[in-house]
Amino acid sequence: MAPSGPELAKPRDYLREETTLWSWLATKDHKRIGVLFLAAVIFFFFLGGLFALLLRVELLTPQRTIMSAGMYNRMFTLHGITMVWLFLIPAIPTTFGNFLLPIMLGAKDVAFPRLNLASFWIFVLGAAFLLWAMFTGGADTGWTFYTPYSLNTQSSVLPVLIGIFVVGFSSILTGLNFIVTVHTMRAPGITWMKMPIFVWTIYGTSIIQVLATPVLGLVLLLVAVERVGGLGIFDPARGGDPVLFQHLFWFYSHPAVYIMVLPAMGVISETVCAFSRKNLSSYRMVVYSTLGIAFVGFFTWGHHMFTAGQSTFDAGAFGVLSMLVAIFTAIKIFTWTSTLYQGSIVVTGPFVYLSGFLFFLMFGGMTGVALATTALDLHWHDTYFVVAHFHFIMVGASIMGFLGGLHYWFPKMFGRTYPEGIAIGTAVLIVFGFIATFLPQFLLGNMGMPRRYYDYPEHFQSLHVASTAGASLLGFGFLIIFGYLAWSLRYGPVATQNPWDSRGYEWMTETPPPKHNFHEVPDYTHPPHDYSAPDVPHIPEVEHA
Amino acid sequence: MNDLLRRLLFLPEQGSTFAGRVDRLHYWIIGITFLVAAIIFFVGLTFVIRYRRRKAGEHTRKFEVKPGLEAIFVGVPLATFLLWFFIGFQDYVWVQTPPEDAMDVYVTAKQWMWKFAYPDGPSAVNTLRVPVGKPVRLLITSRDVIHSFFVPAFRMKQDAVPGRYSQIWFQAERAGTYEVLCAEYCGLQHSNMRAEVVALEPADFQAWVQEQRRGVATLQDAPPSVLPAGANLREVGERVAAEEGCLKCHSVDGTPHIGPTWLDLYGRTEKLLTGGTVVADEAYLTESMMDPQAKVVAGFNPVMPSYFGKLAPAQTAALIEFIKTLRTERLEKTPSQEPVYGPLRP
Repeated sequence: MAPSGPELAKPRDYLREETTLWSWLATKDHKRIGVLFLAAVIFFFFLGGLFALLLRVELLTPQRTIMSAGMYNRMFTLHGITMVWLFLIPAIPTTFGNFLLPIMLGAKDVAFPRLNLASFWIFVLGAAFLLWAMFTGGADTGWTFYTPYSLNTQSSVLPVLIGIFVVGFSSILTGLNFIVTVHTMRAPGITWMKMPIFVWTIYGTSIIQVLATPVLGLVLLLVAVERVGGLGIFDPARGGDPVLFQHLFWFYSHPAVYIMVLPAMGVISETVCAFSRKNLSSYRMVVYSTLGIAFVGFFTWGHHMFTAGQSTFDAGAFGVLSMLVAIFTAIKIFTWTSTLYQGSIVVTGPFVYLSGFLFFLMFGGMTGVALATTALDLHWHDTYFVVAHFHFIMVGASIMGFLGGLHYWFPKMFGRTYPEGIAIGTAVLIVFGFIATFLPQFLLGNMGMPRRYYDYPEHFQSLHVASTAGASLLGFGFLIIFGYLAWSLRYGPVATQNPWDSRGYEWMTETPPPKHNFHEVPDYTHPPHDYSAPDVPHIPEVEHA
Repeated sequence: MNDLLRRLLFLPEQGSTFAGRVDRLHYWIIGITFLVAAIIFFVGLTFVIRYRRRKAGEHTRKFEVKPGLEAIFVGVPLATFLLWFFIGFQDYVWVQTPPEDAMDVYVTAKQWMWKFAYPDGPSAVNTLRVPVGKPVRLLITSRDVIHSFFVPAFRMKQDAVPGRYSQIWFQAERAGTYEVLCAEYCGLQHSNMRAEVVALEPADFQAWVQEQRRGVATLQDAPPSVLPAGANLREVGERVAAEEGCLKCHSVDGTPHIGPTWLDLYGRTEKLLTGGTVVADEAYLTESMMDPQAKVVAGFNPVMPSYFGKLAPAQTAALIEFIKTLRTERLEKTPSQEPVYGPLRP
């Protein structure tokens, strides 16, 4: 891993090709766009995290600790919107997806590079508008905008809706770009069933983004129209139906959970193979369950409305369908675990994140199954149990995937490595910080603590204090990561082409890659994640039945 | 065992018949979750230790899970999940289907209070009194935004959705006071929208109902021409409106509800369901009380029962006088007065 002469003398990589600011801001290179997105989502992650910490501090005591009730209501709305639309949804597809998808497919770029750049700037525009709206007026509806409250509240809901509407376009365009890229730009030799799993999960995610996001845009637009024009769509006072809003909203927002988790599953599939030097124990099952999640995920939205006066039959149907989604997740957990069998395992930073991911997905998934039994949901719905459940599965799992991917591909993206020991230690800290934050919240939910409470009965306090302590640990961990990765960008040891000795397709080109990704066409005859024969990439024919 | 598990999981006491029932499922699911999580953890840990990397660049045997094994990995969890669902859904259907002998209580939520009205008279704010050992059906609605009626000790909640009634039922197991929390975010005072369920022994509950009835009866039984001494019509009308249940469907502050609001009703030109219009004067208001189906205002369902024979003329008059005073200007000058219907303590 030491810097070596020949390594540096190579033709210039994508980072050094051009260095002006304009060459970055107007770049059509998917790798640079990926890096731009990475900077943006990390910024929003810290912003959303800051809001979370402020909320946790407020909840240290019943009544007022540091902010008023009105401020608190705006703060949790800010936290939710920032984390969902500005971090979790774009987190992995726009960063690692952008950077790696074409490389993994042996393509020079995505199908529509100009559209890709547009996607970034639409995201920035929408996000800036959103933040401006939230800081100047602020909505106090929660990220879910439930009607009729969102129609009647005095806070400035309208600009926030418009901001999210704009950001949604970025999501659609990115998804569209990836779908076309996967269909049309695979290098000769990369058949569908030889695509790396990461590509498959990004593909599944893109389908959800393209199909579901327009529904979100539509429903937000309807709320905006009703607020401005007084049309009776969701407000019963004007002849509308408030529950219709929930149906439309969750038709997007439930699949959105899979937009967040599927890419993380892709990252994990890559790292589990790389660090156990082992083929996935069932490539097919992971592919089919990915598509299964993308499909069945569209038919489970009703489980958000078991207490909303939905018919008993509907509740039953949505309950059963939710169980099916859980099965697809269970298949994956078994596959990753059994992949370790007879492997050659090394514990690294990404491996710790992989283990954390398995834990959060497992526990978050099982609590999801418990919630889907309908009867138990009557107690847990809208309590901290649900808060803890979705923080485990869509936040915990996604962040484990994001950080795992960041550590795994950091050398690929920036050509430097980072201090491994510190990375492992911090990863352990993050996993435990996360458990310390949200385990008390499961128990709070059992006790009956409703979510979005500014003030609470005193018997809830001790668990709130525990949760806040965990959150500060978590915040501290994220700062350490930011610190050593920022340091490594400049001072980290220069990485070799394949520091992990991985056989993923993306490592077959230089590190960092040149502007058009390849100097020579790599050989794709071996299936991805295959470690069965010595030095496979250079052997034309490999036995794989 | 039940108590130990309940405390371990931080669950509140089991106040209703449903609570004990659903907690059993809870213990099983959480128990199995922990068991499976532990198994996966130890299997993973064993692999990590047993198959740790001994030298860089090792090769591994290509290994694919056999279809038979895959079928087990899919089948067993699927069967387990569906079994849980089957048990849970039975409980869900059970709690959504009130027994026929259940006692009805109308629950109306508004920012930020709960109102409980019993069909045979009394009503109360933020305190729901129920007899122990008798099924109680709650008919829940809201007057403004969505709220959710949540009793942790009963393990149940039901959203209060404006414009529609939803129902749930429970049976309190022992006398006591149980916390009611609003579980659906409803604005600034959401976290303070709390109430309580007071479960009383049947005898105590009957005594309370009788006490409440006496308060209602003294007013109802008064000779039609005689009004309470010193009372003006407006105040009497306000009381009659609460006692007779008018306010269960009509709001006085412009809030949309099941019937047209009374705010600014007097003198208003209303569109009718059957076409045409009518001016809401004394005649029309009286007709609407006595023969409500005759001229139904467009946009509302013809659901109002007739009050013919139930309202004394003086009471009818008092109601009209009360409606006349409900002007927007009046409400603008004075802060809105809530509740119009307090608990009827004599």
